[in-house]
Amino acid sequence: MTTTVWIILAGAVVTFLTRIGGDLVLSRFERIHPRLEAALNAVPAAVLTTLVAPVATTGGIAEAASLVVAGGIFLRGGGMMAGFVAGAAVLIALRNLIG
Amino acid sequence: MSENIDFNDTGAEFRRGMRRSIPVVIAAAPFGLLFGALAVSNGLTVGEAVLMSATIYAGASQMVGIELFGQDLAPWVVVLSVFAVNFRHVLYSAVSGRVTRHWSTLKRYFAFFFLTDPQFAEAERRVTERRPVTFAWYMGLALPIYLFWIAVALLGALFGQIIPNPAALGIDFLLPLYFLGLVMEFRERPLWLPVVAVSAIASIAAYYSIGSPWHVSVGAVVGILLAAVWPAQGTASEIEEGRA
Repeated sequence: MTTTVWIILAGAVVTFLTRIGGDLVLSRFERIHPRLEAALNAVPAAVLTTLVAPVATTGGIAEAASLVVAGGIFLRGGGMMAGFVAGAAVLIALRNLIG
Repeated sequence: MSENIDFNDTGAEFRRGMRRSIPVVIAAAPFGLLFGALAVSNGLTVGEAVLMSATIYAGASQMVGIELFGQDLAPWVVVLSVFAVNFRHVLYSAVSGRVTRHWSTLKRYFAFFFLTDPQFAEAERRVTERRPVTFAWYMGLALPIYLFWIAVALLGALFGQIIPNPAALGIDFLLPLYFLGLVMEFRERPLWLPVVAVSAIASIAAYYSIGSPWHVSVGAVVGILLAAVWPAQGTASEIEEGRA
């Protein structure tokens, strides 16, 4: 096998370790402290925010408008699909108009 | 809302999971295509590109990986970078482990191979809906996402060079849009706004100072720590009530 294949397989192993690591540690504890519980409850919002926020600052008008439109629909409870499609439509339209 | 649903009906549960996979497949497909195309233009073979999608199965780290392959670095540096980008999954398995305790260990660790950002977020959405995370539902969600992810990597690797102008189609921005929708899904949780606010500020600051991919870990840790130190949250069971 080539070095590249070995690197890919090693990358797969360390990725799998991250995907079981948290559970490997936590499943050893019978009870979870309320503060840890609160921390774990915050995980989805905290991590997912970091995947969006910096991207929002690197884009231009099209990207900003797309996030605002999608965000508005998500906030009003318009649903996942509606906000997603509307945001993508705004983005594609503005990118092709503004260039 | 879930009184008349039979969660022991594995076929129905699997199909409910599959339905949830549709927007994920749509949002991730262009990204997977782009990965396949970039992998080949960075010198990987078609087989290596597909192997990466099938075994690492984590988009951002795959992108970082192919970027580093082109730079003639020591192998361990590439592996360490993949690990750094994927470190957030430790948090995912810590959280998802709590709601899948009723599965066997083997099932859990098999399932956690598929624990990507959307897989985790959709599982947590189901918790928020007060529905059980069943193995059938989880795999119904995971398998279409996984199989399409491999298929689009193959397509991108084979035909990627003929995509005219990916930016004009907006494909680089579909995942952030989808992730924004997921962030909003958790807005009923306690401390949602302060957590989102500090995570956003910290990740942007880290992005411009330390650089990618560290902004993910830094932003996440700051938001999570805020939730941990926030006063007067009551008992764990009260917080559990607040999750719905």
